[in-house]
Amino acid sequence: MSVRTLPLLFLNLGGEMLYILDQRLRAQNIPGDKARKVLNDIISTMFNRKFMEELFKPQELYSKKALRTVYERLAHASIMKLNQASMDKLYDLMTMAFKYQVLLCPRPKDVLLVTFNHLDTIKGFIRDSPTILQQVDETLRQLTEIYGGLSAGEFQLIRQTLLIFFQDLHIRVSMFLKDKVQNNNGRFVLPVSGPVPWGTEVPGLIRMFNNKGEEVKRIEFKHGGNYVPAPKEGSFELYGDRVLKLGTNIVNQPVETHVSGSSKNLASWTQESIAPNPLAKEELNFLARLMGGMEIKKPSGPEPGFRLNLFTTDEEEEQAALTRPEELSYEVINIQATQDQQRSEELARIMGEFEITEQPRLSTSKGDDLLAMMDEL
Amino acid sequence: MFRWERSIPLRGSAAALCNNLSVLQLPARNLTYFGVVHGPSAQLLSAAPEGVPLAQRQLHAKEGAGVSPPLITQVHWCVLPFRVLLVLTSHRGIQMYESNGYTMVYWHALDSGDASPGTWSGRVLVFDIPAKGPNIVLSEELAGHQMPITDIATEPAQGQLWQGIIAAGYGNGQVHLYEATTGNLHVQINAHARAICALDLASEVGKLLSAGEDTFVHIWKLSRNPESGYIEVEHCHGECVADTQLCGARFCDSSGNSFAVTGYDLAEIRRFSSV
Repeated sequence: MSVRTLPLLFLNLGGEMLYILDQRLRAQNIPGDKARKVLNDIISTMFNRKFMEELFKPQELYSKKALRTVYERLAHASIMKLNQASMDKLYDLMTMAFKYQVLLCPRPKDVLLVTFNHLDTIKGFIRDSPTILQQVDETLRQLTEIYGGLSAGEFQLIRQTLLIFFQDLHIRVSMFLKDKVQNNNGRFVLPVSGPVPWGTEVPGLIRMFNNKGEEVKRIEFKHGGNYVPAPKEGSFELYGDRVLKLGTNIVNQPVETHVSGSSKNLASWTQESIAPNPLAKEELNFLARLMGGMEIKKPSGPEPGFRLNLFTTDEEEEQAALTRPEELSYEVINIQATQDQQRSEELARIMGEFEITEQPRLSTSKGDDLLAMMDEL
Repeated sequence: MFRWERSIPLRGSAAALCNNLSVLQLPARNLTYFGVVHGPSAQLLSAAPEGVPLAQRQLHAKEGAGVSPPLITQVHWCVLPFRVLLVLTSHRGIQMYESNGYTMVYWHALDSGDASPGTWSGRVLVFDIPAKGPNIVLSEELAGHQMPITDIATEPAQGQLWQGIIAAGYGNGQVHLYEATTGNLHVQINAHARAICALDLASEVGKLLSAGEDTFVHIWKLSRNPESGYIEVEHCHGECVADTQLCGARFCDSSGNSFAVTGYDLAEIRRFSSV
């Protein structure tokens, strides 16, 4: 599987998160300056140089649960707070939105265009903050540098890695159901009409050649779809017309999710339900590294925090928390770092201390020691 | 014309890999074995002719060193002259089992950075397989291909080589047919609107099956022009598996009268047979 997948996964999910938060902030009538502050704080944390450095290191993808911990931290980077049920719903929406985009990307390489769409829109959110704009532009440059030269085969591998991450996720999203891009069973509609990907011919033609490579016969056949040629290729430059609409902001209304019946009662073969301890250890290390790079600003001045609700009423939020199906529970990995900044600093420092210490401790491995230390905190 | 037959349920959905369906026909025992990769596990199941599932088991990739449970990249029955082996590949190594998946006879660990017998670095691993028993030996490594390889083949070659014709499916949806002796491209089919994920051959009748991420399966008839001897092809049938990004497809019999497909997120093997 590709070790270059995490930055794309993280940035696109982050983009969707911002679209949804932006819509909810407006729906809940949060004052403009507060809403802007929240988005600025989150975006600034996301694109922090140290954090991006950790993100872009070649590495395997971690579980949905581990990644959720990072987003929960990110969502709390400002004066806004989310309850568990709202955070769950937010993560559900983010993951289904990006799953949809990956599935519908015409070419595997188009996932890069989707990423650019997200970043282009994010730049719109922080138009008035030149420092943060610079951070985002820097990330755009890094993306073009690293991914611009990858082959089609490597992008296909990235796509497969992403799809494995999203496998068996079938939460129904009201916006997708309404627009008929998702079926009632949670599966996305894969249209068999429209433009073919850039670089693909419209199916239906057979050409036969002789030994000299000259065409000697051509036949047409009915292939069953209704395709047309691709109009033009999207731009992979820092600025440009991406052509593709996937990844642009389409969240302009309250969005509901339906989680009941979203996963059949299959014996859970997924990694998460088996969850052996060695995995938790590695994921802990990953989280420590990533979140150690997050610089969460301490709230300056007497800025009162507020709670954002992803549901229409508090009662709905409570109800959602009570009725969430077991198999979709994002039981957060037990690490204190999600609660407050001090802890995550402590965690990062602990990790740093471990690197330096030469003295072997009595227990067997670094990870065990770390877990033991965590319990003592 | 084909009609949709009874599907075979899977315990876990199929992963989005290329060639994610292996079929072993055992006509003598009136059984067909199917193999599908779910992620960290591969599902093997046996079915009776009408698709009634009989037995099921799961195989996992051996752990080896690494961060997370290794993901399986392919499961494939290799039919050799004296025995049939089940080969499981993951990023950590290659495991070989007796054909029913019960006994592991061999494990070859790969260095990190490689993937399957056709590895991402383009190395091909060749194994010497004795007629019986576990004395399998890695006989050589060929640094042949420049491009990533995504399939396992056995000699006599199955599937994609027939009567001197090589069939290849591409990421841009095209099927190419080459003359094996000269390497010349003789047929180019604009077959699919997305990447092709699997090709299979019904050797008895020269029928080729192609499945794409565009949700379509197509069946083609290969032939040679009686005058020029050049490779020709005609389209026989197309089937749309609605809203399913296909990831595996195989004929279930050598005369091409039935085939099965798997799809990403689909927790069943869809079967079709001709009417």
